[in-house]
Amino acid sequence: KPSFGLYGTRKTFLFSSDSSKPILPCSSTLSEVGAGLQREFGFPVVWFGRCVIQVQFTDSGISRVLGFSSLLLNCLLIVNLVTRVRLEMEGEQLTEQETALYDRQIRVWGADAQRRLSKSHIFVYGMKGTVAEFCKNIVLAGVGSVTLMDDRAVTNEALASNFLIPPEEKVYSGKTLAELCCDSLKEFNPMVHVSVEKAELVTLGQQFFEKFDVVVISSCPPATKILINEKCRKLSKRVAFYTVECRDSCGEIFVDLQNYKYMKEATSAPWGRLQRRTSKLYFAMRVIESFEEANGRNPGVFSVEDVPAVLQLKRKLCEAQSVSESFVPDTLLERLVIGSIEFPPVCAIIGGILGQEVIKAISGKGDPVKNFFYFDVVDGKGVIEDISSRAPEADSASSKSANIITQVVLE
Amino acid sequence: MASLQQSPAIKGAKVLMVGAGGIGCELLKTLALSGFEDIHIIDMDTIEVSNLNRQFLFRQKHVGQSKAKVARDAVLRFRPHISISSYHANVKDSNFNVDFFKQFNVVLNGLDNLDARRHVNRLCLAAEVPLVESGTTGFLGQVSVHVKGRTDCYECNPKPSPKTYPVCTITSTPSKFVHCIVWAKELLFAKLFGDKNQDNDLNVRSSDSTGSSEQAEDVFERKANESIEQYGRRIYDHVFGYNIEQALSNEETWKSRNKPRPIYSRDVISAELMQQNGNSDKAGSAGDPLSVSAMASLGLKNPQDLWSLKDNSRVFFEALKLFFGKREKEIGSLCFDKDDPLAVEFVTAAANIRAASFGIPLHSLFEAKGIAGNIVHAVATTNAIVAGLIVIEAIKVLQKDFDSYRMSYCLEHVTQKMLIMPVQPFEPNKSCCVCSETPLTLEIDTNHSKLRDFVEKIVKAKLSMTSPLIMHGSSLLYEVGDDLDDAMIANYSANLEKVLSSLPSPVTSGTMLTVEDLQQEFTCNINIKHREEFDEENEPDGMVLHGWTQVPTKPKDDDDKPPTGNGDSSKTSQTETVEAEAEVVVKINIEEIGASGNKRKAPDSRDISTDPPSNDVNEATAANHKKVHKIDDGDDEEELVMLDHWDIDTNKKQKLR
Repeated sequence: KPSFGLYGTRKTFLFSSDSSKPILPCSSTLSEVGAGLQREFGFPVVWFGRCVIQVQFTDSGISRVLGFSSLLLNCLLIVNLVTRVRLEMEGEQLTEQETALYDRQIRVWGADAQRRLSKSHIFVYGMKGTVAEFCKNIVLAGVGSVTLMDDRAVTNEALASNFLIPPEEKVYSGKTLAELCCDSLKEFNPMVHVSVEKAELVTLGQQFFEKFDVVVISSCPPATKILINEKCRKLSKRVAFYTVECRDSCGEIFVDLQNYKYMKEATSAPWGRLQRRTSKLYFAMRVIESFEEANGRNPGVFSVEDVPAVLQLKRKLCEAQSVSESFVPDTLLERLVIGSIEFPPVCAIIGGILGQEVIKAISGKGDPVKNFFYFDVVDGKGVIEDISSRAPEADSASSKSANIITQVVLE
Repeated sequence: MASLQQSPAIKGAKVLMVGAGGIGCELLKTLALSGFEDIHIIDMDTIEVSNLNRQFLFRQKHVGQSKAKVARDAVLRFRPHISISSYHANVKDSNFNVDFFKQFNVVLNGLDNLDARRHVNRLCLAAEVPLVESGTTGFLGQVSVHVKGRTDCYECNPKPSPKTYPVCTITSTPSKFVHCIVWAKELLFAKLFGDKNQDNDLNVRSSDSTGSSEQAEDVFERKANESIEQYGRRIYDHVFGYNIEQALSNEETWKSRNKPRPIYSRDVISAELMQQNGNSDKAGSAGDPLSVSAMASLGLKNPQDLWSLKDNSRVFFEALKLFFGKREKEIGSLCFDKDDPLAVEFVTAAANIRAASFGIPLHSLFEAKGIAGNIVHAVATTNAIVAGLIVIEAIKVLQKDFDSYRMSYCLEHVTQKMLIMPVQPFEPNKSCCVCSETPLTLEIDTNHSKLRDFVEKIVKAKLSMTSPLIMHGSSLLYEVGDDLDDAMIANYSANLEKVLSSLPSPVTSGTMLTVEDLQQEFTCNINIKHREEFDEENEPDGMVLHGWTQVPTKPKDDDDKPPTGNGDSSKTSQTETVEAEAEVVVKINIEEIGASGNKRKAPDSRDISTDPPSNDVNEATAANHKKVHKIDDGDDEEELVMLDHWDIDTNKKQKLR
């Protein structure tokens, strides 16, 4: 007996991939679809909930099956079919209103990605300027719901870079950051459910996160981020986990889609083993975090007086990691310490990239970032750092002046 | 950097934003947050529903209102103490002259069309105000800085022009769906509902082959006493049946092509069904032309569905009926508009029926609308990123931090570990006809081409001039302006109809014409070279402009070739890119980013027009092609970034040429 992992009972129908001839009548239930797959292709298929193309062969394992070309063909067919079934199943069609509103972006990622977006649930902690930008982007994109958490009161810093907060004191008195942002976000897209949860982040149990497809954490100590990351990892469903921070003219995004390093591993990789070309920001952010942790500081609470202590900590860390001090430039650290406030153009850039990454993760379209993204105004580069797969390598060829051809298709 | 928010360079800056659309909304917000206190914004558009997915300063209730005005009000809500001036106007209006531009420290473009970009570029050059230019398409975006004398100007490097198709591909031998769309939109729709006096090639081929022009003349006119059903059937049978039969009679054409199949209405849709077709009550009210819909009256709901030939035929008849029944007054003056549902329905149906006839796959209304309306993909995230990059460059410009100016690309696929890639700005192109004074050369048949052809095809279409003045030595041949007297107007209109060599001051081989736009303060000289023969397919204008930085369009016959192996894939891939976006491609040489303080040399325009491209370009293009589709394989040696461009909600008046 094949083991089918199909779930749900919604009526669906299935087409073979080469013609529009139905294999199963339109009135089939999902379990009949499963039986149909088995009958048609003779493979037992396990199908995991939301993942797009996770098809496994319970007897031989997918890698072995892929070794045979004739089986490969069938395997791909099934992949196609399963994808198709999944779409049909979820596919209450977009309403006319949705099609009109999302017209331009459906042309980018397709109607099925739009449907998946509209069923996704996002949890966001820490309402700084960058996170406000991110929330704007996903609310516009049309996710199902956004749940905000940040019980802090409005500060001047928040006002400076967060355009979701109206500046009149009478409006924000008594309300938390999350509540104020919620009011503004609701207006951006009436089709998205935006709400606020009040709680201590660290006290939230694992089951709290089960409701979400995406968890984004900002403005809290690294230990808390690691804790939440581990809670999400333990869930049976796949939850995409992100952290984001902006300081001065620099920003960092961490991504865990549960198929590579945990945050804990990714942030504690031995420096000596990382490539010399690894973004300096990766190391600088680790120094800053260590300083905050050692001194019991809240994230981003710094002054000029902290510079010597931070630089001293850097020297210690470099020594401990057996790398030269030049690994982490002093000028960069000074910049991060002195200007700890977010710089709005960087918020827009980091919030834009994070929005794009979350959309990729939900829709299953595009190549997600693995596992850090950095932007620094000073060099203007937006860089991906894959810490998990780094091995020292000769980079003689790559440092050569490259002649790049850029094709620009103008209007 | 963050302390910049209080910096006098930002606080005291007076900034002009052109465009309050996708990029504009994001830009205005980021400027306000970054500490800018004096912002002026120009946009001629009003808000539409399809803007709301990304133009976050607008709400449903604002649909129909001025973008510039609503954007201003929205930003003042969270930054009440700054000054924002909005202009609901076209940047090409004469009051936005050089003096107007001179009051600003920097101009920031968030535009959606090439014409306006060129116009602003020229005004910035004339007023000596730095320009930050930008554009996005889907996940791709680009920001560049243009400072007179220090970097290239916007027009130093080739800009693609809208894709054109050879007339006979459209009228007789379509091989792609886009050809059917162009036929349905530019020929059939224009013939039935547009200006009757306009040239229209719809019947060129069939009348050629029958030798009877008289039949071609009146076939599209509705006869007295003819019911709308009879008229519809007659048109249908003529364009999808008779014309195809006529084309088939020319056997030479079909030796190397698949023969089309004539389609007659009786074979697709019975007389009975024809009677029942559509429930006009559901079609929408006659009071609001944009609410009239054939889909609604036929009960077709999902614009993403693929209609059968029969459904397409039903939509065709129903749309025709609704145009005559509910929008008769507009017939004779209609232009295709992507926001006119009935027009989109008619064009989709007609294109699909033609596609069925030629064995080309049919498309949904959603897809057909995208192609017909040149709709460019747009998402909020890319616009937000690009707006951030614009502000960063604007601040460098204000601080006169010349050495750190960058041109930045937002990429869809990681390239050299990057999603945002900065490169050195270009040096000015010494042979740029806009920012240097290099004359252009025009090959033209001076004995047959009229001054009108020169004005339309060169001065307006290529040089993007709004109020041109054409001189031969000291004699004025043509001029546009409000202050002309009747005698001059009569004189100029007479000149327009004359061939170049018989103008009062004859234009022949060796003549140098001076063309000037007073508003743009832009002058260029054109050397005339007489030439008699032009290739109808590759030189459809019947004239060729040299020295103009524009990539030549590929020979159209390449279109049908499937992608080949790596050996010559560069050419194919380029054609594909062109094809996919209906746009042309620009190549730029980039040195290792940040490696040297020297500015990059702009590519010599001769390199660009070389066809096929040089070997280097070939290899790099091929290498890139793999990369873009396969992701990074770790080889940083040679790469290419393919970018299509600009947030376009195509100008309604702009025609697919």
